[in-house]
Parts: sequence; structure tokens; C-alpha cells
Amino acid sequence: MTLNVADARPAGPAGAPPLLELRGISAAYEQVEVLHKVDLAVPTGKVMAVLGPNGAGKTTMLKVITGLHEPTGGDIFLAGRCVTGAAPVDLARIGLCSIPEGRGVFPNLTVSENLWMATYRGVSRKEIEEKVFPIFPRLKERRTQAAGTMSGGEQQMLAVARAIATNPAIILLDELSMGLAPLVVDQLYDVVGKIAETGVTVLLVEQFARTALAVADLAAVMSGGRILQVGTPDEIAGDLHSAYLGG
Amino acid sequence: MHEFIILTISGLVTGGIYAITAGGLTLTYTTTGIFNFAHGVTGALAAFTYWQLHFDWGWPVWLSIIVVLGILAPAFGVFLHFAIMRRLEGTSETTRLMVTVAVLLSLLATVMWVWDPQTPRNVVNFFPGESVDMAGTRVSYHDLITLAVALIVAIGLWVLLRSTRAGVAMRATVDDRNLAVLNGSRPEVPGMLAWATGTMLAAVAGILIAPKLSFAALPLTLLIVNAYAAAVIGRLKSLPWTFVGAMIIGLVTEYGKGYLTETRFPTAGPYLSGLTDSMPVLVLFLAIMLLPTSRLRGHASSRTREIAHRPTWTGSLVFAALVIAGAVVAANTLGAADLFASTKMWGFAIIALSVIPLVGYAGKMSLAQLGFAGIGAICVSHLGSGGNPLGLLWAALICAGIGVLVALPALRLSGIYLALATAAFAVMLDRWIFQLPAFTWGDTRIDLFNSGTLNFERFDWPGIDISSDRAYFIFGAVFFALSSLVVVWIRRGEFGRRLLAMKDSPAACATIGMNHKLTTLTVFGLSAAMAGVGGGILGGALGTLSPVNFDFTAGLSVLMLMVIAGLTSPGAALFAGIFLGTPLITNLFPDYAQLTTILIGLNGIALGKNPNGFIAAKIRPEWEPALQRPFILAGSAAAQLVLVVLRFTDVIGNWAFVIGILLAVIGIPAAVKGELMLKAPRTEQELPPGLSEQPEGLGLNGHRFKPADIEGLDKLIAMPSLPTVAMAETPSPTLPGARHGA
Ligand SMILES: Nc1ncnc2c1ncn2[C@@H]1O[C@H](COP(=O)(O)OP(=O)(O)O)[C@@H](O)[C@H]1O
Ligand SMILES: [Mg+2]
Repeated sequence: MTLNVADARPAGPAGAPPLLELRGISAAYEQVEVLHKVDLAVPTGKVMAVLGPNGAGKTTMLKVITGLHEPTGGDIFLAGRCVTGAAPVDLARIGLCSIPEGRGVFPNLTVSENLWMATYRGVSRKEIEEKVFPIFPRLKERRTQAAGTMSGGEQQMLAVARAIATNPAIILLDELSMGLAPLVVDQLYDVVGKIAETGVTVLLVEQFARTALAVADLAAVMSGGRILQVGTPDEIAGDLHSAYLGG
Repeated sequence: MHEFIILTISGLVTGGIYAITAGGLTLTYTTTGIFNFAHGVTGALAAFTYWQLHFDWGWPVWLSIIVVLGILAPAFGVFLHFAIMRRLEGTSETTRLMVTVAVLLSLLATVMWVWDPQTPRNVVNFFPGESVDMAGTRVSYHDLITLAVALIVAIGLWVLLRSTRAGVAMRATVDDRNLAVLNGSRPEVPGMLAWATGTMLAAVAGILIAPKLSFAALPLTLLIVNAYAAAVIGRLKSLPWTFVGAMIIGLVTEYGKGYLTETRFPTAGPYLSGLTDSMPVLVLFLAIMLLPTSRLRGHASSRTREIAHRPTWTGSLVFAALVIAGAVVAANTLGAADLFASTKMWGFAIIALSVIPLVGYAGKMSLAQLGFAGIGAICVSHLGSGGNPLGLLWAALICAGIGVLVALPALRLSGIYLALATAAFAVMLDRWIFQLPAFTWGDTRIDLFNSGTLNFERFDWPGIDISSDRAYFIFGAVFFALSSLVVVWIRRGEFGRRLLAMKDSPAACATIGMNHKLTTLTVFGLSAAMAGVGGGILGGALGTLSPVNFDFTAGLSVLMLMVIAGLTSPGAALFAGIFLGTPLITNLFPDYAQLTTILIGLNGIALGKNPNGFIAAKIRPEWEPALQRPFILAGSAAAQLVLVVLRFTDVIGNWAFVIGILLAVIGIPAAVKGELMLKAPRTEQELPPGLSEQPEGLGLNGHRFKPADIEGLDKLIAMPSLPTVAMAETPSPTLPGARHGA
């Protein structure tokens, strides 16, 4: 693959294609369709938050984008180029960084080995550590500890560290806050906000709105496998109560 | 002192070979999550290939080595990865283990088929005759090479897994394959590399040890058992500890051989010679028992697609009746030689049945069931002399007791470690206990295996005479049928539910306050008792038994067949009995003595596809509809009856009879299918508007939901006529609790 998403990053003229675009994506497990013609566009350099209740299909959507789950219909475009059906490895190597649901770390590898696994993008091991350790000093202290033995918050920091270190074009985050204390969540989203400020595009997915909306430029509501609404965080926050949180 | 040095050196050399083997095992386990039982036999295959190239065809050593180690072994590893191991993702630990056992069985049979064990072969040391002086002893070049290779392998593997990205990626892939991919690591590469390297290490060990063992496939294959011990000391992941463990085992074995001799201990010597052979196994047992539980966690087994069908009483009674009826017919039609050769099938079938509660329901991997059968046979032979049926009772009681004793230390083990502990127990029985010469304890003279052969008489039940082969065959069938009902009774009762719960979620069982220790001990005892009885029945069938009948690999075959056919169905036990205990396969293919084993192995390798066994996957769906159609069943039964009568009156011969029965049996599902097809509507039914398929067929049989279908369904469900229909009824009083009431 020669496609390089990073090329598209310098914000083009107003008509430039969104960095990530889903057109009519449908997906199914076995015979049951769980995504019904999802359309979504994430503009270059923006943070998009997709909110939705449990089972809405958020994780499935991210799996489709990363290439781990094959869609039954529709196309995915990265920087204007169609990447439907591309192998997840290739997508990862061209700069699509995804942090899956749960803890995105290798439990039996040490912290430092976990970071080593992030070098497939071409960033050296040393560079990664130099970039990550100032932001998360906790990880430096635990360099030789097995990742699985750290606290949930520390593990999630390690997962996010990969996103910081590898200069991705776009970052996909699946429920970063799952099972973590609010304070830790705030800290993690703080870091996400800082990464976004450097011009990286972010697509994040959450069940609970508050922290996610604070860092987002755009927001969408997903339920029952469909995108119900797209708007600014304020608009979405206003409607959310009636949409599903209140009901 | 001099002797001590010699023994130390040879201990280190032996340890070196164990280290190479265990290193390869650990490598594939840490990088693919598969504990490869076939590691030893792969080494044997390599050693035999090396023999073929160098000693038989006269190729130079260097060329043979390069071809075997550099080309064939890695290529075979890559083949294993792509053809077999890669498909095991998402299967349970039991399945993964049994697939490698299947590889073991089929490779072993292949090696014995290609290189006939009757022909003597010889492999000599590298640089024969050359040696150096060290500390006053002569050490051969071969031994020095072995030690050096062991060191290089240990260090090399450690560097590979810790300090190269390829190695880290291998470990990462086992942890979380998808995450590794999302990181940009190509998923095929680590597995392929691991199997190529692992197989090469097996080959190195096989070639180095070949001159030391009597050059035969079986000892080379079982070398793996010694290496397990080292790998377990390294907890299947720490390479330095594996190396240390291998050296300890090598030293202990050689010191044992050197010091525990008959000249030193004239009385105890004969008893100890088996002990030194099973020394590594003792170490394995100790290591598993002594390591802290937290260290003994295998790779987490993912949720699997394995289920235990709940048998109905009707179905089970029909099965039992059919078994007995079939046996009566077979006993009256088989020729004398075939009938004698087939009487042992019921012993095997009952032993196979004993696997069901323990492995099938409770998910406790035990490789020692045939060992328990051996103990049962000893009990029946000694305590049931003259055919006293009480011997069977003794066998059940004693085996249950020993089963509980074995289970006690194994309580905290699961998965691979339990399998290894039971394997160690089985090998210890086979190599040592069953081989013990006679000894006296107090005034009693105990001679477990009568120094080689146990004798049996057919049971002497009051009132019935089962001394003829025909009667004994039917007796075995009745016994098996009754035992299968016991298993069904267990499954359907409270105890069976507990076993299944324990298999599904041990943690959840603990939280609801279930006494899972008691449950485990009970099921171990029960299964051991059943296996013991099976051993006794087997003895009665054959008249004599020797330790070979209960050797470890034979036990693997029994388990393997059960896994292939389905660990939870009594039908599988019948299948295992027929396969192992009748001359069916050898009669069909007389020239291929190894074929039985190869067939077992090949079927086992296909396990990844049908983890529930072929009975659940193939046979049950075909036959279940037939049970609802008594007419078809009765028709087939009548046809079979006619055939039986024709056969007994000698109107037709054996072949016509067998073919006729087969047709009558196969006809059942065929008739059911025909009936279903006839009933199916000939003309296309009107499809509801907007749907591409009848609503009940949507999403089934490859008809995917299409968006139009969903819209159509929406319309269907929102049919306006529905409430009107309800209204048309008499104005009913509002029911309390009705959802739409009032
Ligand atoms: N592996 C799977 N197999 C079958 N159904 C699944 C699987 N994963 C998710 N689903 C179903 O797909 C729907 C969407 O799930 P998911 O994408 O995980 O939702 P979310 O992440 O929004 O909670 C749910 O109804 C869920 O039950
Ligand atoms: Mg989710």
C-alpha cells in the first residue's frame, strides 16, 4: 500500500475531503445486521465524539473502520481514497491508530515492550519513550512491570501512549472511560485534547457524554445501529436528555 | 569421585538435550498458546530422516544436517502452522491439546510405517571415537557439541523473545492477536516463525539424542514427557528456569541410573530400575504440585463453542436397547475368530465411557483413564480369581480410592497442567508400577502384574454361563448399555448440572457457594471406578493382559477417539470401542496395520472444525427428526428384522446381510428427508410485499437480511388488522396483570 494519509493533513481548501468518511456502511454478526447504512464524516483535524447507549453499534463501527470486521455494504474513505476491505495491518501502518474497547495493552508484556510494539509505524523505540515518558511519568517508573499487573488507569495511559507516540493521522478511541475513576478519565481526555491540538484527527466513542463532549468539535448520536443526529457538542448536549439519557 | 564426575557430565549432557526440547516447547507455547504434545515425535521424525539420508543413502553428515535442520524441519513447522495450528484460534484448551495429541499419534504411526521397527537401525555419535580429557575423564565430542548447542539454544531463545521485536511480537500475538494487528504487526509472521523454530529445535534434540537411546520411534516420542518436566519448572514461559530444570532432571536421572543399581542395592535394585526411568516424571509431578497456584495459569481459554447436549431418557433407553440388540445379532453372525477379536470392544467402550463425566461434563483433562483401567485389571485378576464377579466391585472401589488420591493434589490444577499431571501419573504407572517385580509386604506377596502377564477367567455369575465368546460378547454389551444409562443419569441429575457449571465457570461456582472441591473429587473417583471396571471387563474378554495393553499412547488413542466423536455422548464410547476393540479396520485394510492410528490422528487434526465431535455436528441433526416419525423407524426395524431372520435361516450370506442392514439404517434419515420434501409446498408461496423470503426463513440458510426485508417486516408487524381481530372477541373482563389491561 502506498496510500499515505499523512499527506492529506495540511488543511486543504474548503472543499477538501474529510479525513475519514463512512458512506452507507452496514455490518452484521452472523445473520443479524447491527449497523444500518451509517453515514459519518470526520473532517481533517477535528475531534468527533459519537455517543450512544450500550449496544448501539459503536464498537462494531470502529471495528469496521479498522478493517477487523468486514462490512456487508457501503464504503470507507480515508483522505478521499476508498479503503474498504484493506487489511487492518496496512491501515495501521499508514497511520490509522485504534485503541480498542477494554484495556488496549498486552498484559504479559512489560510497559517498555508494549511501547516497542508501537514501532511498526516507523518511529524508533527511543523516540517513543522520549515522547511518552514526560507526559506519563508513571509509565517510566513501571517500565519493567508487566502491563497486566498495573491499575486500570495506568493501563489505559499506556494504551493512549501509543496514540501519542506514533504520529498517527487519525486516532479511534473506544470508550476510554470504561471502568475508570472520573479523575483518571479527565486526565486521559486532557491528553487527548492536547494530541488533537497538534492537528491529529480523532474519532471517539462514549456512552456518557460529559467528558467526551468537552474535548469534541463535533458530536453525533448513535442508537440501534443508526446515526440519529450530528451537530456541535452544544446542540447534541441540549438534545441528549430527551434523546436517550433522560428517557 | 571419578564415577561422580562421569555421571555429572552425562547428566549435564542429558539435561542439555532436555533443555533443547523444552526450549522448543516453551517457544511454541508462549508464542501460540498451544502446548505441542507432538514435539517429541517431530524430533523422532527428524532423527529418522537424518538416518535415512546419512546412514542409509550415504550422504555426507554436513549435507544431511543442513537438509534436515535447515530445510525440512522448518518447512515442516511452517506446514504445521498453516495446515493445523493456525486454525485452532478460539477453541478450548482441551481441543488445542487434543489436536496436538492427534498429530503425535498420526506422526508416530507414520514413522513406524515408513521405518519398520522390526529392522534394527543404528545412529552413531558425531565424530565417533573422538574425545577430550576433562577433570580426568574423557568427554566425547558429541557430548561437548550437545552441551554447547544447549547453551546456544537457551541464550538464543532468550534473546529472541526478550530483545528482538520479532520475539516481542510473537508474545504479543498470543496476548491479543487483534491488538497486535492494530499495532501494525503482521499476524502470520510470528506464528510461522515460532513453529519453524520450534520444529527445528525438536529436530536438533532428536538427532542429538538418537545415538543415546535405542534408536526407535517410541522412546524418542516419549522423550517429550521428560522435557515437559523442565518446561513446567520454567512455568512454560521462563527460559532460564526451563534450562535449570532440564539440567536438574538430567542430573537426577543419571545419578539415579549410576547409583541406584542392583550391585549397590541387591534387594531394592529391581524395584528401582523402573523408578530411574520415571524419574523425570516424578520431577514433573513434584514441580506441578509444589509451584504456587498463581504461577500455574495457562493461557486464558476464551469462551468456546462447546456444548453438552442433555440426553433424553427415551433416546438413551432406545440407544441401550439397540446396543444390546445389535450385540445379540453380531454375536450370532460373526465368525469365531472375529467374534473373539471383538469381545474386547466392550472393555474399551466402558473405559471410553469413563471419560464422559470427567472430561466431557466437568472439563477436567485427564490422560490417565487407561492407567486406571490397568489398576482395575490388576484388582480383578487378583481379587476376583476364579471369575468371582466381586473382583469388579473391588476394582471399582480401589480405583475410586486411587482416583480421589490423584485428584487431591490436582484439585487446584486445570487445563494443561492437569493434563500434564495426569500424564505423569499414567507414565509412572506404565514405566514403573506395572513393571514392578514381585515383592512381599509383611506376609503378603504382591506381584502386581504377575511379572508380565495377568490372567483372567470369565466372570462366574450365578445362574448364567458367559464363558463362551458369544455369551461374553453379549454380557459386555449389556454391561456397557447399563453403564451408559448410569452416565445419562449423572448428566440429567443435580450432580451433572454441577459438573457442567464447574466447567463453564469455576469462579461463578465458587461465588454461589458450590463445593467444587468435593465435586471434583467425586467425579475423579467415579470416572476412575468406571475405567477400572472397564479394565476388568477387558481382561475377562482377552484372558491375559500385559502392561503394554495400558501404555500411555494407547490411552491417548482412547481419549482421542472420544474427543473426535464427542466427549459427551455415550455413542462416542461405542464408536471408540468398535474402533479399538474390533478387527474392523484391519479387516478392511489388511495391509495397513498402522492405519487405525493414522485414521484416528487425521480425524483428530480436523477437530478444530467440530469441537463438539462429529456425533453432535453430523449425526444428531440427521437423526433427530427421525425420532419423531415412528412409522419410518418401525419400517426400518421391520426390514432389519426380516434381514436377521433371513440371515439366521442362511438364506443370505454375511455380506448381503451387512449391506442390507446398512441400507435399512441409512434409509431412515433419507426417508425423513423425502417426507419433508413431499410435504414442502410445491408452488412458490406468495411472498409478503417487500420481502425476499418468507418471514420465518429470513436470516436463515444463507438468506441474509436485506434492508428491504427489514422495511417489509416493519410493515408486516404494524399490520392494522391485528387490534381489530382482538376487539372482535367478546368484551372480556380485564385480566389482572395483563400488559395492556384496562
Ligand atoms: N461478536 C458478536 N457477535 C454477535 N453479536 C455481536 C457481537 N458483538 C456485538 N454484537 C451485537 O451487536 C450490537 C452492537 O454491539 P456493539 O457494537 O458492541 O455496541 P456498543 O459498542 O455500542 O455497545 C449489539 O446488539 C451486540 O449484541
Ligand atoms: Mg462498545
